[in-house]
Amino acid sequence: MFTFLLKRLVQATIVMLVISLVAFAVKDNLGDPLRELTGQSVSEAERQAMRTEMGLNDPFAVQYKRFLINAVQGDFGTSYTFNRPALEVILDRLVATLELVFAATLIIICLSIPLGIYCAINPKNWFSKLIMAVSSIGISIPVFLTAILLMYVFSIELGWLPAYGRGETANWLGWESGFFTLDGLSHLILPAFALASIMLPLFIRLVRSEMIEQLSSEYVKFAYAKGLPQRRVWYVHALKNTLLPLLTVGGVQIGTMVAYTILTEKVFQWPGTGFLFLDSIQRTDTPVITAYVIVVGLIFVITNTIVDLLYGLINPTVNLTAKG
Amino acid sequence: MKYGLTKIAGALLAAGFALNAQAADITIAYASDPISMDIHEQLSGGMMQFSHMSFDPLVRWTQDLQFESRLAEKWERIDPLTMRFHLRKGVKFHSGNDFTAKDIAWTLDRLKSSTDYKGLFEVFGSAKIVDDYTIDLVTTKPYPLLLPMATYIFAMDSKFYTGVDENNKDKAAVIKFGNTFASGHLSGTGPFVVKSREQGIKWEFERFDGYWDKQSPGNVDKLTLVAIKEDATRVAALLSSDVDMISPVAPNDHQRVKDAKNLELVTLPGTRIITFQMNQKSNPALQDVRVRQAIVHAINNKGIAKKIMKDFATVASQQSPAGYLGHVPELEVRYDLKRAKALMKEAGYEKGFKLSMIAPSDRYINDAKIAQAAASMLAKIGIKVDLKTMPKAQYWPEFDKCAADMLMIGWHADTEDSANFTEFLTMTRDEKTGMGQYNCGYYSNPAVDKLVNDANVETDTEKRAAMLKQVETTLYNDAAFVPLHWQNLSWGANKKLDMKPVINVMEFPYLGDLVVAE
Repeated sequence: MFTFLLKRLVQATIVMLVISLVAFAVKDNLGDPLRELTGQSVSEAERQAMRTEMGLNDPFAVQYKRFLINAVQGDFGTSYTFNRPALEVILDRLVATLELVFAATLIIICLSIPLGIYCAINPKNWFSKLIMAVSSIGISIPVFLTAILLMYVFSIELGWLPAYGRGETANWLGWESGFFTLDGLSHLILPAFALASIMLPLFIRLVRSEMIEQLSSEYVKFAYAKGLPQRRVWYVHALKNTLLPLLTVGGVQIGTMVAYTILTEKVFQWPGTGFLFLDSIQRTDTPVITAYVIVVGLIFVITNTIVDLLYGLINPTVNLTAKG
Repeated sequence: MKYGLTKIAGALLAAGFALNAQAADITIAYASDPISMDIHEQLSGGMMQFSHMSFDPLVRWTQDLQFESRLAEKWERIDPLTMRFHLRKGVKFHSGNDFTAKDIAWTLDRLKSSTDYKGLFEVFGSAKIVDDYTIDLVTTKPYPLLLPMATYIFAMDSKFYTGVDENNKDKAAVIKFGNTFASGHLSGTGPFVVKSREQGIKWEFERFDGYWDKQSPGNVDKLTLVAIKEDATRVAALLSSDVDMISPVAPNDHQRVKDAKNLELVTLPGTRIITFQMNQKSNPALQDVRVRQAIVHAINNKGIAKKIMKDFATVASQQSPAGYLGHVPELEVRYDLKRAKALMKEAGYEKGFKLSMIAPSDRYINDAKIAQAAASMLAKIGIKVDLKTMPKAQYWPEFDKCAADMLMIGWHADTEDSANFTEFLTMTRDEKTGMGQYNCGYYSNPAVDKLVNDANVETDTEKRAAMLKQVETTLYNDAAFVPLHWQNLSWGANKKLDMKPVINVMEFPYLGDLVVAE
């Protein structure tokens, strides 16, 4: 376990270094941040002086070295638009993104497991067929379209739910979230469903196929032969083994979701990191862009590590050290 | 006891309601919010909108581009270099400090040290305080645009911004990059104080109880400003009544807003001109005035305004919009394909030629589409266009290098004056004076340069107008650039908001005067 973690740490460091190098190399091609910072009538000489002052005229190696030295100390630079440390800006917004991902995850778990099981147990039923058909449509509609459709139906036409933004938040046990107010929840529903819509079909299919596989396995047949009631076989024995691969895929996908909230956040103007990232690209706020890429990279590395650890706990036959 | 308290509370509430019978609480959505609370940090549309909410200028523009008294009650010219302003008495800042001439002098000095404003305020010397409520603004040369510039002098509370903050930094500092006292604290004289601010998300304003303008009909008590960047989402928020007013409304959504029973759409002809520059340096063919005229005649800007802009634009034949001093109503829109072809033939380019064109894809309304349309129109006179469109972040560095034969640029005059267009877009490039900074056409005409320079020291409005009109006519005859249109402005709002009296072509509504019906 310890060796595994150590190895992971070394790997993660290398990955982060590569990511930072790429992020840093790309930033010069994103445009000129001075354009966004200054008014139209500011002279070129004035802009040049500001560039020098901000260190943007230094050679790449000098800038990268300075960035690395600061980054190691937790300083990813100061955002040009927010005038605050880039990391702080991102962490502030991360709360909103995690809230959205958490809500979407809840929706996915609560829907995919029962629906998947139902489809596996009753493969010929019309409802199962309907679920599979809808889910294959769902998998092929891009998330921004789903989001716009949801908004059109539920906020414009029906007027039930708000169209944009995050509602009121309340603090509960130190967690500032929209889960604890009615307004916050109503703002959360549409974006959470839109975000869940990408992963939901995938998970329904995953649960279904895993369950079908388990149902035809030797131990299930043996359980029937032993005379165990059908429900016990389904919900205790087969389900347990179905959930194993779900955990691996799920863990990685949730990590992905944190990174891919961008489109949902853009449509609903959800004040999270994805929205911030797009905005920063438009404003050429390079410190935020670089820090975001690194933070997201870190989230991937961490979720993967946690999933590997959990997997080892649930399935002791997996040898972590060997897997590395 | 408990019952008694409730009763008292009820009575108090009732009294409160009686006093503020019409107090209204509204939410407004713009595409973006100001990036700072320091109004001198950046000269931008968003910042001007904010300035008019929390501060007051000496004078302000009216809807028909005249001047209206604000902190200055009256003004008079004493000599060609000096304008005397008589200031309003009894005006209080949000901090409780009294407003005096000292604050104006202080504000002017600060403007002169701000990166974005120092160019505009270069001609100003330090202000001379005559007494607490009289101040002389002095310029180094006779300056016709003194009053337009006075619309930028929003009094800042000199006492409040003087001294050092908890980090031992000067409270008055104007820094673009880095946190300052002024970027997070404010004290102005304006109708609204900032209650809370989440940058990039929302600002909450409350009406300032000590606001000096008791005449103002405005009854907005609480105002929330939210940033909704997505055009479709902004309209959705208005349609679903999540917000009460939005700007801008994308041309595609105008009909929907008009069709909604409780909503109103107001559009105004804007003052931002969209043009193509024709780079005479990179493409020698463009040095020939006949070729430039041919290009202007080949581009159907009427069609662009109608089809691509869905009539949400005013077709242009010149830089200055109607209402500006230099506007020449006689200059006609030139689309004429036959004549364009004839001109090409005359110039010896019957077979056409190739040129490169660049345009931004997220800066002006439908910018990329306009460029594509223009490229296909030019194909009709044999000009093969190699078009590249790109996001503005990448576009401006390319534009700065003048890296194409035709380049799109839009311009709004910060001074609301005709000369400003020419100074930046068509005057001869001059590193020293900063003139022609955006002149990627490399058009250079000493007569135009002289006219503009003279106009800038001519305080007689009529003489000045004649000069600026001469400039427009010369540019027209020389086909110095391709005029397309002025982008219109749009607001959508709930009908209970009486929006029309407070909006203007400068795109900074005077929200302090906004009346909301119950």
